[in-house]
Amino acid sequence: MKSLKELDQIREKALEMTRVRQGQGLVKIVVGLGTCGIAAGARDVMAAILDELSKRGLTSVTVSQTGCVGLCDQEPLVDVIKAGEPRVTYGRVTPEVARKIIAQHVINHQVLGEWVIATKEA
Amino acid sequence: MEFYRSHVLVCAGTNCSLKGNRAVREALVQEVARRKLDREVKVVETGCFGLCEQGPTIVIYPEGVLYCQTTVADIPEIVETHLLKGRLVQRLLYKEPVATKPVQTAPELDYFKRQVRVVLRNCGLINPEVVEEYLAQGGYQALGKALTTMSPDEVIATIKNAKLRGRGGAGFPTGLKWEFARKAAGSRKYIVGNADEGEPGTFKDRLILEGDPHSVLEGMAIAGYAVGADYGYIYIRGEYTLSIKRLKLAIEQARKLGLLGRDIFGSGFDFDVEIRTGAGAYVCGEETALFESLEGGRGEPRVKPPYPTDAGLFGQPTSINNVETLANVAPIISRGADWFRSLGTERTPGTKVFTLTGDIVNEGLIEVPMGITLREVIYDIGGGTKDGKTFKMAQTGGTSGGCLPQELLDVPMDYDNLAAAGSALGSGALLIMDDTHCIVDVAKCFARFFEHESCGKCVPCREGTMRLYQLVDKITRGEADEGTIPLITALAEMMYKSPLCPLGQTAPLPIMSTLKYFRDEYDAHINEKRCPTGTCKAIAARVQVAD
Repeated sequence: MKSLKELDQIREKALEMTRVRQGQGLVKIVVGLGTCGIAAGARDVMAAILDELSKRGLTSVTVSQTGCVGLCDQEPLVDVIKAGEPRVTYGRVTPEVARKIIAQHVINHQVLGEWVIATKEA
Repeated sequence: MEFYRSHVLVCAGTNCSLKGNRAVREALVQEVARRKLDREVKVVETGCFGLCEQGPTIVIYPEGVLYCQTTVADIPEIVETHLLKGRLVQRLLYKEPVATKPVQTAPELDYFKRQVRVVLRNCGLINPEVVEEYLAQGGYQALGKALTTMSPDEVIATIKNAKLRGRGGAGFPTGLKWEFARKAAGSRKYIVGNADEGEPGTFKDRLILEGDPHSVLEGMAIAGYAVGADYGYIYIRGEYTLSIKRLKLAIEQARKLGLLGRDIFGSGFDFDVEIRTGAGAYVCGEETALFESLEGGRGEPRVKPPYPTDAGLFGQPTSINNVETLANVAPIISRGADWFRSLGTERTPGTKVFTLTGDIVNEGLIEVPMGITLREVIYDIGGGTKDGKTFKMAQTGGTSGGCLPQELLDVPMDYDNLAAAGSALGSGALLIMDDTHCIVDVAKCFARFFEHESCGKCVPCREGTMRLYQLVDKITRGEADEGTIPLITALAEMMYKSPLCPLGQTAPLPIMSTLKYFRDEYDAHINEKRCPTGTCKAIAARVQVAD
């Protein structure tokens, strides 16, 4: 260790790795991982979301899962909840759409209208 | 960098491992893999979380949900219900003894609400075997700050200003110790981390070293810089296998990152640490006996003066500090003396780590501000006595501390107040007993312990601890007379003053405190030949023969 700066760089990286333990972030993504969701490919959607967040270093986003909400026909379902914004539910999400959700909705605040099946005021 | 949506923290401290946490952890890893969640969920081993009574504990982030007393059989349900479906496993949540609703997360527990975690800041939160997790919490920032922006004298001034006192039991001002060692003349100086935690009922240093070994190494390196020492030893009990393993790993990691070794932070300061293990003698926790043992000699105390800061290890100026003291150093350097003084009391700022054992609902490891009352610790945090039995006494400071009765429950816990009450803060062991225990029998156990552990070097201790045991034993057998207690008192007076080291000097203290506060029970044994709790079988047998 040659300087405090070097230490800070290692710390930054390490902090990202453990941020999930700081509690819920400002953006929360919920994936439907009931039997219906999994059968419709929610597993791959989840993997794509984690991969995309990881690539972009968006570790402050909380990713969570839920069971069947009764809309089996629309699975895989992905909810994006941002502080102070309506909850947006996307239906029939594919891994590719999931990556778009991260890029456009989570980062650029543009809801992907054609995939939305419901919105709910916060 | 791997990103996981959930981190599952499993306690891997010694106490939980006695309750089968390894099997739980392995089952968890397997089940997570079986459910193909291993790319989404990370299982992390941590140090002791403090809630030992409820172990093995599991905390799931980001929600921070705490599950208690988990078994291998619970794992499939936790994985399926919580990790897969995102619902709570209600039946494994913690239930307060009096509360109606189960508690979801640790900070909501009464057990944690009153706690202030400085020393235990990372315990149960980080994986102690991954240095990056310590760095993420701001680890080694204090060392960097000290080496690059402060002079050794400024470091000492900060510690003095913070009024940090040694947490091993004696309560000597740490800054002053460092200053003495700095000013002493010597060809080489040493830092010794005292991890020879021998006081019965104390396991805080073990769990600190298991849960956050780097915090102690960082404290030692800062101490080395302040004192002008380039080498440190950690003298640790040989039985502490997990602590030793994690310490070794931590030392290797720190060396690899250049946080130990040569020219740390480009400051020109060199420091390295070596582990030495003890062989289990209680007296080796005494600093000069520890040096003897560390040098390869017989673990017996030296005559003081000279004090360790003048002539300690290998005859050189040495600062020997307790593990908990060392773990306090980095936060003080990072956050300043004023912050530290804002915690605890005027004369003894900061926090204290206590280990709760005995007839108490929540046995475990806690950290509270100095000056909190015994009552608050036992009832608000510890949950009171077990099985609704009546509180009898609390022994503070381990076996060498005094026993306090109900009437003294409101004594503030710090060095001065406990000493005034005829006890000691000591190592932070807190033994709670209910009224089913016979106080004379308990005193006999204390006396037996000291007789066994006396190293035999000086006569007052060697003979005194033996006679003390014989006298108390006589009382439990119904063989004592009116001369016994005056004899014990006279013996105690001699022993407070004469022995070489605190082992003999404090040996009478627990016995005298029971005499002071529970005299009626002694009188029943001596005058009526009766043990009120029915514990002392010998006295009952004797009475039967007499009948």
